[in-house]
Amino acid sequence: MAAVSATVGAARRRRFDPSGYLFLLPSLLAFCVFIVFPVAASFYLAFTRYDILTPPRFVGVQNYVFMFTGDPIFWKVLGNTIYYSVVQVPLNVVVALALATALNMRLRGVVIYRTLYFVPVVSSIIAVAIVWRWMYDADWGILNWLISFVGIPKQNWLFDPKLAMPSVIAMNVWKNMGYNMVLFLAGLQGIPDVYYEAAKIDGARGWHLFRHITLPLLSPVMLFVLVISVINSFQVFGAIYIMTKGGPLDATNVLVYHLYFKGFQDLQMGYAAALAWVLFAFLFVITIVQTRFARSWVHYGQ
Amino acid sequence: MASSAIAAERRAAASRGVRWGRVLPRVLAHAALAIGAVTMVIPFVWMVSTSLKTEDQVFVLPPLWIPTHPVWGNYARLFTEIPFARYIFNSAFVSISVMVGELVTSAISAFAFARLEFRGRDKIFAMYLATLMIPFHVRLIPIFLVMKFLGWLDTYYVLIIPQIFTVYGVFLMRQFFLNIPQELEDAARIDGCGNLRVLFNIILPLSGPVIATLAVFSFLNTWNDFLWPLIMTTSSNMRVIGVGLAQLQNEYFTLWTLLMAGSVLALLPTLIVFLIAQKYFVQGIAISGLKG
Repeated sequence: MAAVSATVGAARRRRFDPSGYLFLLPSLLAFCVFIVFPVAASFYLAFTRYDILTPPRFVGVQNYVFMFTGDPIFWKVLGNTIYYSVVQVPLNVVVALALATALNMRLRGVVIYRTLYFVPVVSSIIAVAIVWRWMYDADWGILNWLISFVGIPKQNWLFDPKLAMPSVIAMNVWKNMGYNMVLFLAGLQGIPDVYYEAAKIDGARGWHLFRHITLPLLSPVMLFVLVISVINSFQVFGAIYIMTKGGPLDATNVLVYHLYFKGFQDLQMGYAAALAWVLFAFLFVITIVQTRFARSWVHYGQ
Repeated sequence: MASSAIAAERRAAASRGVRWGRVLPRVLAHAALAIGAVTMVIPFVWMVSTSLKTEDQVFVLPPLWIPTHPVWGNYARLFTEIPFARYIFNSAFVSISVMVGELVTSAISAFAFARLEFRGRDKIFAMYLATLMIPFHVRLIPIFLVMKFLGWLDTYYVLIIPQIFTVYGVFLMRQFFLNIPQELEDAARIDGCGNLRVLFNIILPLSGPVIATLAVFSFLNTWNDFLWPLIMTTSSNMRVIGVGLAQLQNEYFTLWTLLMAGSVLALLPTLIVFLIAQKYFVQGIAISGLKG
């Protein structure tokens, strides 16, 4: 008896197990090779001019200076990225929340709806971007055919500088809202019924329940959704590559597409690395601001 | 008499009101969900429909939704004129390899982080998590250069090896391992099990759900990945399906029948995996979202 409890004690104590390092070794190695080293190297490369063919040459902050003062389209690209994010994220969140709220009413067929809404999320962006390009086709696309019934004339969706970005945004809202919907639905299902019952006794109905019970209790999920959605929106690439190639007239050229083009078409590796760091800086600042600001509207705990 | 009639009428009106108050939101919700569902489905229907048409059936208005004589020739062309079989094989081989690799690396390091005690453990884990803030694009160019230096560009190595370690996988598994009761492990250790046997005989058999979740995530992410294989491969033989499809678009910009057939092929495997493993996928998102 005493012997058994002594062994249990020994198993529990286990203060220091050097074999832990052994288990960690493979991942630590990968972590250094594929994360730590590339991040450090990228930081250095951003201060060099490097075309792969000749060795990198240290040029100080020239890449950043060129970006802010010399690159003819950098500000446009940044503006496009922000435009995309500022429109896509709220649209996506509002639609996803509305769908999740509807799905949470315990209707029949919830599983089928949830599956249908989620299918685009797991679909290849290349495949769905190509079919949307076909639907947006000016002459034979079904979108122009559909809007002709309400008397709207044909639009050249992806080749009109004003319409191209909204068209890409619509496609990406369609593709990604299922992801946020699942998050919201999980959040909604985690809100205990007693809150609603208590509020109903106090006479709250419909919109008031949503505004004063659902939204506050959902706010932690909302914060997560916003942070993730903004991060993802700043990294949009596949849809742009397939649907517009950044055009027309750079109207849909965004940060990651510009980075890809500079780095892997123009072979300006140093400059592309600098662009990546600017992307990081933006996401870092936005995320910090979001989480700081969150203290005023996110309710934690019960 | 009159007053009781009015009261009865009021009661009836009230109950009607209550019933409408209950039914109307549900009807509206159903209507909204149904309209949304149709919007979700149309692009896919349109994709399949176009893929089964002949060239001259494509350019007609009003559009032909159900081709009268579905032609399978578009699919046949993908396999005869274009190496689509190779693209599909590449995608499947790479996605499955990455999935297995990621499960192994994640399980081993998550075990160390969750169940073993050693100096610096939590600091190292915090360091892992901190790097989640850095977008992958920051690392893209140096990794490309390393791969080039190793001579790995345009090989399976570049598509697989750098992808099999992810902080996300370690994180997901660690969170699950933390919740496995210590008593089970203690009992095994009393019986003389070492770390490896604890991992393989105790922890992993209890981790079915998280293994399934990470497996599905990993497979779908790799299958659908685009920027990485686009940059890292150049020859037709090494193309994964996404890159092959993008290349098909570059060559046949408006040959919609062929492009749609290719898109269907790119979607089909992910759709099947998703439908089979939907539960784990949705769970995984909910878990990483609510605990993350």
